[in-house]
Amino acid sequence: MKLITAIIKPGKFDEVKSALRSAGVKGMTVSEVSGVGRQGGHVEVYRGAEFPIDLIQKVRLEILTEDKDVDAIINLIVKTASTGSIGDGKVWTTSVDNVVRVRTGETGETAI
Amino acid sequence: MDEIVISAGDTAWVLASSALVLLMTPGLAFFYGGMVRAKSALNMMMMSMVALGVVSVLWVIYGYQLTFGYEANSQWYGAFSLSGLGDVVNELANNGGVYPIPLLVFAAFQLMFAVITPALISGAIADRAKFVSWGIFVAIWVTVVYFPVAHWVFAFGNKEGDTVTGAGFLAARGVQDFAGGTAVHINAGAAALALAIVLGRRIGWQKSPMRPHSLPLVLLGAGLLWFGWFGFNAGSALGANATAGLAFINTQVAAAGALLGWILTEKIRDGHPTTLGAASGAVAGLVAITPACAFVAPWAAVVIGFIAGVVCALAVGLKYKLGYDDALDVVGVHLVGGIIGSIAIGFFGSSAVNSLGLNGLFYGGGTELLVKQTLGVVLVMAYSFVATLIIGFAIEKTIGFRVANEEELIGVDQTEHAESAYELGGILKGGR
Repeated sequence: MKLITAIIKPGKFDEVKSALRSAGVKGMTVSEVSGVGRQGGHVEVYRGAEFPIDLIQKVRLEILTEDKDVDAIINLIVKTASTGSIGDGKVWTTSVDNVVRVRTGETGETAI
Repeated sequence: MDEIVISAGDTAWVLASSALVLLMTPGLAFFYGGMVRAKSALNMMMMSMVALGVVSVLWVIYGYQLTFGYEANSQWYGAFSLSGLGDVVNELANNGGVYPIPLLVFAAFQLMFAVITPALISGAIADRAKFVSWGIFVAIWVTVVYFPVAHWVFAFGNKEGDTVTGAGFLAARGVQDFAGGTAVHINAGAAALALAIVLGRRIGWQKSPMRPHSLPLVLLGAGLLWFGWFGFNAGSALGANATAGLAFINTQVAAAGALLGWILTEKIRDGHPTTLGAASGAVAGLVAITPACAFVAPWAAVVIGFIAGVVCALAVGLKYKLGYDDALDVVGVHLVGGIIGSIAIGFFGSSAVNSLGLNGLFYGGGTELLVKQTLGVVLVMAYSFVATLIIGFAIEKTIGFRVANEEELIGVDQTEHAESAYELGGILKGGR
């Protein structure tokens, strides 16, 4: 089992979510996050004074999945979230030892 | 002498104007409150609100008499009287002549000016002042600075027949300030500079971004100020008459000219016209037209406003070069705008639009009026700056004026008031 974590642009979130739902992904956890990468920040101007804003708002998606679906989901996220410009985000996976469904106590892949 | 009867129209307009000017102080609270970071928004607004409390009470006890009392026959202050306005209930307003409005209506109108002037100063010391020290400062400052300076400028004395007693120093010399360019805006602006020096820079100033936490609040505040300013300027005619009408239209078009001047400057310099610029520009124009609103033609009001918008937009950046942390640009907007408006009368003043006015340089009046206006500007600015510096340092050295560093970092809303401005009901805040 794997945990897929994707950091994407907020403006791409709805599109990615719809694509994942259409592809049969049943669950995901979404959070609003701030961070910085190669894109760097941007500059805002207040009464002529420039303020560098170095943390940028992004959306973090977390999806638990069986090993066989990992590549398809990653490809779907990358294809949908890409605009070709800097700051599109990143996707990575981590191995998951076990998953437990709280309601039933099921474990492993059946709990996903 | 013929009996002067109360004019219902004049009295109604001055009463309405008083309420309009009152609304400017909560408006200022929104204007300033939106400009600071969320952690000190309430403190910023409370600095205006407490001025409403402190100054209103002092005004009844001795403030009105110290400003407009004439019994001492002094150019520098009114009169010392602790009658609590109980002995003037049935009198008419007399300020260089009798007005057909009750004296108490005039006193109520002038009170609102006394309230907002110290509130204006608070923008310079955002995020870092002890609230109790600020309240004490307001009480001392209006007593030592505002009441006397308002006497110099606004008190035309008690006129009985041909005898005038107790006119203020600048008023008696014909320095023109219709609604408070010197007494209110230059006064507050110079005091703001002094207090910014007394309290020093905020932690992280010029290093970490101190963005306005809510520009919609700033815009709301600017709108309330603009609305209230019609009372401030047109109400200063003390009657429902042609002078009030002139002041009214001039107020509107000067604010408009300045709004455009400020955002045009931004568009050219920074590439983007901003919301904060539009709000600031409107206020700068309102400040600049305040002294001049009843002495110039409407086209000149547009010019004065536009100049104020451009110059104030450029002036607010100076604090970074000069190194003082006037957090919300009270100096760049109120001091600079007040100077522009007060001096502009020396150029654009026209006796054709107001028989009580004098001709400025552009109307063949020579430099006489310009010299008088400069005298008013310099005197008020110098007195306010020096007196405020002394009051501010006295408070800092005794009870302290600035909060501790850790309190500043936590935020003065929490440490000074035990409140926070925004509780949006998140699961981590106990809201569900």
